[in-house]
Amino acid sequence: MPQSLFDKLWSIHEIADLGQRQSLIHVDRIFLHERTGSIALKSLEQAGRTIRSPESVFCTVDHIVDTRPGRGDSTPVPHGAEFIAATRESARRAGIRFFDVNDPEQGIGHVIAAELGIVLPGTSVVCPDSHTCTLGSLGALAWGIGSTEAEHALATGTLRVARPRSMRVFFGGAVPAGVTPKDLVIHLISRFGSRAASGYAVEFAGPAVDGMPVEGRATLCNMAVEMGAFTGMVAPDATTLRYMRGREYAPAGALWAQAVEHWSALRSDSEAGFDRQLDIDCAVVRPTVTWGTHPEQAIPIGGRVPDPASFEDPHRVRAAVRALEYMELAPGTPTDAVRIDAAFIGSCTNSRLSDLRLAAGFLRGRQVAPWVRALCVPGSSAVKRAAEAEGLDEVFRLAGFEWREAGCSLCFHAGGESFGGQRVISSTNRNFQGRQGPGARTHLGSPLTVAASACRGYLCAAEPAA
Amino acid sequence: MKPQPLTVHRGIAAPLLTRNIDTDTIIPSREIRRVSKRGLGDGLFAGWRYREAGSREPDPEFVLNLEEYRDASILLAGANFGCGSSREHAVWALRDFGIRVVLAPSFGSIFHNNCTLNGILAVVVEDASLRRLAEWVEADPRRNQLEIDLRNRVIAWRSADTLEFDIDPARRRLLLQGLDSIAVTLKHAAAIDEFEAVDRNARPWVYRLPDLPPT
Repeated sequence: MPQSLFDKLWSIHEIADLGQRQSLIHVDRIFLHERTGSIALKSLEQAGRTIRSPESVFCTVDHIVDTRPGRGDSTPVPHGAEFIAATRESARRAGIRFFDVNDPEQGIGHVIAAELGIVLPGTSVVCPDSHTCTLGSLGALAWGIGSTEAEHALATGTLRVARPRSMRVFFGGAVPAGVTPKDLVIHLISRFGSRAASGYAVEFAGPAVDGMPVEGRATLCNMAVEMGAFTGMVAPDATTLRYMRGREYAPAGALWAQAVEHWSALRSDSEAGFDRQLDIDCAVVRPTVTWGTHPEQAIPIGGRVPDPASFEDPHRVRAAVRALEYMELAPGTPTDAVRIDAAFIGSCTNSRLSDLRLAAGFLRGRQVAPWVRALCVPGSSAVKRAAEAEGLDEVFRLAGFEWREAGCSLCFHAGGESFGGQRVISSTNRNFQGRQGPGARTHLGSPLTVAASACRGYLCAAEPAA
Repeated sequence: MKPQPLTVHRGIAAPLLTRNIDTDTIIPSREIRRVSKRGLGDGLFAGWRYREAGSREPDPEFVLNLEEYRDASILLAGANFGCGSSREHAVWALRDFGIRVVLAPSFGSIFHNNCTLNGILAVVVEDASLRRLAEWVEADPRRNQLEIDLRNRVIAWRSADTLEFDIDPARRRLLLQGLDSIAVTLKHAAAIDEFEAVDRNARPWVYRLPDLPPT
């Protein structure tokens, strides 16, 4: 019987069918961070349990670690230092790899798990963080869990998982110049809604995905959770192999050859069935930005903020009314009339080297508008070093951006630094009420859109090169 | 930690029927101040419940601040309740506040699992039924309490009216018995060992990991 990529990943990791659609699934890698992993480690210790395979567990500091230069344990987040110290102590006692504040390999978990080759095609990985699905970009089965489930995975090396249904999202057509993977995924979510993939494992496929670098695929998979997906994934191909080869934790020599042979089967058979298929014609997608308080509330740049009455679903109408009130936007406002106070490039969605190159390419020789505060936060310490080696830090600084240490930073407000009360164009994944600070009004867009908007001081797209 | 079993729950239900209420809204990150599952109830819905960030001055219009809903133990919520961040603190905050049951047309999937593992019953109730329940409750919240019977999968409301619901049998069992899922899984320890022994041969690269760097 023909199988999808997801069917194959599931069967590789299925230890036992527990009945009632539940299976016991083997977990190959566990990633933790100081915000939600700390409590899982602590709780496990308090229960007198130990980690089944400490060598497969990795922990980073990304969520509340300071990203200002010259950082140590102390952070603007109240009690933040206690989270970092508690995590470090728990990690040491547990004997797991801990990427400490000034470790050269530190970074956002979902970024370093890929760049170090900790997560490989065909592996299963969980992390108490909803954006773990990012790692599906390598052809891994990667999904976000809570802290209690993390405790379960640590203690048993497994999780009890209800089998999701399968979905394929097919990106057909040619991608116009200036349209990035971020635009494609925001377009997808706004077209089909916040629940479209709820209960599904989503495979992203089609010519646009085939031609996309791994880092772009990471952006696509990252936001699968914003449409409710269990996970997102892309079948590993030659692009994936080129990306993986030589990474610190990736296999080498004969083991690499053996792994490659195994990975080559990890693709959906041509006759494989999916429970649902969505199609996107990339040719009609434009640089896209959100206007509301969920990623599903988005429009092409150059368009106008919709009238809530234009939605058919009464719930969407009410949600739009509330969102516009919070965002302080009137229906019909053209996007280019929306003045911003701040611009943010970073997060597990868009903080990799290719994202920074894209933004810097626009910023070279340009200046951020005088009223805009702009920040660039690399996704990992390695990304930061690589960007500096190319002189990108200078481009950002000269344009008026702050250049930071790696971490999640202002993707969300944890009580420390804040975009409170400000309107922000942000390369992140969530425009929820208060996400970036009390009263902060977030517009999501690509790193290119953030760069262009920062310079104009109003929402806008970068003019595509002619 | 073993969750508290839940068989039948009766209580005041508070309507909060907005679509896409995310876990950042249920508990803003700034309200998470300790590496602990406790003491989070105060931060529940902080952005809506209090007049200003960081303050504790109640916003008199927020539903849980209204006199008649102050002792609510059931939430009637909009579609996709608990979407967004995986933070289990959202569930710990609800539990700490006294919420034992949430009824909504759909839930964020990580949130839904987190509820089950902490003894909170999250029931999928279709939108039209939810509206009827909300209208009835709103008429007299203290008197018009809901009774959710997990054993028989029914919600009792208006005099003799009941509403049946479906629930995943695995979730139902965990909730009814208040099971520690780690202990349940460890009964499969032999199967896990056996799986790994075979898998180590099939996928050796997954198990060959470098030693920890010296500290």
